[in-house]
Amino acid sequence: MTTTHADYRLSQLDQLEAESIHIFREVAAEFEKPVLMFSGGKDSIVMLRLAEKAFYPAKIPFQLLQIDTGLDFPEVLETRDRWVNRLGVRIVVASIDDAIANGVVVDDGKTSRNRMQTATLLNAIEDNGFTALFGGGRRDEEKARAKERVYSHRDEFGQWDPKMQRPELWSLYNGRIHAGEHMRIFPISNWTELDVWDYIGREGIEIPSIYFSHQRRVFVRDGMLMSETPLNPTRDGEVVEERTVRFRTCGDITLTGCVESTASTIAEIIEEVSVATLTERGATRGDDRFSEAAMEDRKKEGYF
Amino acid sequence: MADQTTQTTQPTNMDLLRFATAGSVDDGKSTLIGRLLLDSKSIFADQLEAVEATSASKGYDYTDLALLTDGLRSEREQGITIDVAYRYFATPNRKFIIADTPGHVQYTRNMVTGASTADLGLVLVDARQGLTEQSRRHAVILSLLRVPHLVLAVNKMDLVDFSEEVYEKIHAEFTQFATKLNIPDLEVIPISALAGDNVVNRSENMSWYSGPTLMHHLEHVHVASDRDLVDVRFPVQYVVRPKSDEHHDYRGYGGMVAGGILKPGDEVVVLPSGMTSKIAGIDLFDREITEAFPPMSVTVRLEDDVDVSRGDMIARVKNAPVPSQDIDAMVCWMTTTPLKPRQKLAIKHTTRTARALVKDIQYRLDVNTLHRDQETKELGVNEIGRVQLRTTVPLLCDPYSQNRTTGSFILIDEATGITVGAGMINSAS
Ligand SMILES: Nc1nc2c(ncn2[C@@H]2O[C@H](COP(=O)(O)OP(=O)(O)O)[C@@H](O)[C@H]2O)c(=O)[nH]1
Ligand SMILES: [Mg+2]
Repeated sequence: MTTTHADYRLSQLDQLEAESIHIFREVAAEFEKPVLMFSGGKDSIVMLRLAEKAFYPAKIPFQLLQIDTGLDFPEVLETRDRWVNRLGVRIVVASIDDAIANGVVVDDGKTSRNRMQTATLLNAIEDNGFTALFGGGRRDEEKARAKERVYSHRDEFGQWDPKMQRPELWSLYNGRIHAGEHMRIFPISNWTELDVWDYIGREGIEIPSIYFSHQRRVFVRDGMLMSETPLNPTRDGEVVEERTVRFRTCGDITLTGCVESTASTIAEIIEEVSVATLTERGATRGDDRFSEAAMEDRKKEGYF
Repeated sequence: MADQTTQTTQPTNMDLLRFATAGSVDDGKSTLIGRLLLDSKSIFADQLEAVEATSASKGYDYTDLALLTDGLRSEREQGITIDVAYRYFATPNRKFIIADTPGHVQYTRNMVTGASTADLGLVLVDARQGLTEQSRRHAVILSLLRVPHLVLAVNKMDLVDFSEEVYEKIHAEFTQFATKLNIPDLEVIPISALAGDNVVNRSENMSWYSGPTLMHHLEHVHVASDRDLVDVRFPVQYVVRPKSDEHHDYRGYGGMVAGGILKPGDEVVVLPSGMTSKIAGIDLFDREITEAFPPMSVTVRLEDDVDVSRGDMIARVKNAPVPSQDIDAMVCWMTTTPLKPRQKLAIKHTTRTARALVKDIQYRLDVNTLHRDQETKELGVNEIGRVQLRTTVPLLCDPYSQNRTTGSFILIDEATGITVGAGMINSAS
């Protein structure tokens, strides 16, 4: 029997998976103390799945880190706990409220939770001595991310300098850092939103239920549908009503809006995503809407 | 015409094409990429609206598609592309990753970076100007990086009245130049990025052109045969040892296949020790598979309890690289302090890191003229030259022309930790 090159073709999703696994193994081999930033959202779940595959049948050789904003969706925390238990990994939870209580972060009443999240994260990195942090950022999400490396260097202040990025060639990653610095690692840089959904569908893995269509009491704020919750009191003129919705991203409950949707399976979500006319962040993330350069600015400060 | 139906789900066998774009400033590269994204419906309404609003606020009377890709604030301010940016779009059967690289000579290193992973290089020229020194340099770099497919897009055809003569002249001149290079596959396509002619849709203004549209070519160019499926190369990346009750004796070698096809039962040699064994099994997560080929990430188990660690390489007994410490390579230098003989650097090659001493800089290659300058004994930033290195430990390498993974390396400044050079191996001894 003759074999042709056509028999040895890897689908694009398999190629992306192979590349991500390669990155996980490289980091685990070269860094002293890596950690995976786990938000419970779909991108961090895909990362966790890839890490599971990279080291199987051994356990994932690093911990997870979560920044507890106190404003997380309960459904997301439940999913997180099931993943953590199944994989037998340890999770470090750094809470903004603790950071405020300890005086590490100052709540002046004006700073958004989002900014305080960055300070809490940087503090957790320093306290735990993490040297590499896996993040679920994708280059298709946003223009500033499109230029970020897979290995993205952070100085001692946790800052990203877009003009001083190291060249990144072939699949040769440079993990050299000095004491006090760390590296952000983006193993799913080359995945698109559609790839993430396809992969979740193919792998049949659990994601938080809020991604699927459900009934929810919501109100409209700044053109977005927000959840009714004591954490986010309604303002004058805002009317709460029940609608059939789902979330496209899992963030801070007070800033993350939902969309009206009847998509209740992965296949239906994929269908919806592929005909969607708004980016997931543009549509439903209050934190990204402030200015055209919002993400770039926050990233420079040390945001995810 | 390319399929323009909106995809609902990706076919499971959808494949991947990585391509790098290059062009001089204002040749229309950003516009072309914006057009590819727009016409393949990979741009969302909010992105398009933001770009339309910015165009309007700048007083343009058209939508500046270039704004879709020029991401960092400094680039938007200067109106130029200064760093490699990655873009994504898909048609029903193929996903595309674009490495959008700046064209100017002072960004040669960025172009080298973008080209390093590309299956195809797309060089733009302005039809009014024809081939410039820059376009020649772009072709030289793509050829040095062994990008197997090259497309020369002759842009702004609308500004030369869609003239066949203009196209033919550029075509002939470039084909002539390309004979000096290593370009296995070349396509020259006349387009208008701004108006869309021959980008996705066949141009009605150039009936004299019978070749493919750019999108059609990108969708159909055959890349599967570009990988080496003969010479087995498996750099060991990570030793998987669960040490759990259930998998007590499990010992596997994780890595990405760099060449050849591995099968259980194959007799293999582990380098540099030279010990031989047989492949006991190949695992892909919880599944045992019968074959592994590039670029799969798998875990290989061996029958014998040989000592294997990260940085080693598994190859076939009768087909293995010779471990060597004397490396002859083309190096692209990427930092402002020049590379000089006697300099010591860290070198990363596959999964192996060592130190390297610069024995000699044989010549500096003028990437515009291909002239070899043997007088200058140093390499400045963005310069490419032929360099002899001596490494502290043997590298398990192949010529770059044979394998882009086992033939490449990066050089790292040991004090700053910055990546300062990229190398393509000519030979090792
Ligand atoms: N007439 C015409 N103008 C074009 C074409 N492509 C690009 N341009 C214009 O050329 C200028 C430079 O384009 P841009 O995409 O920014 O070039 P880049 O520097 O290569 O990224 C802009 O004003 C474009 O609108 C084309 O096919 N025809
Ligand atoms: Mg541009």
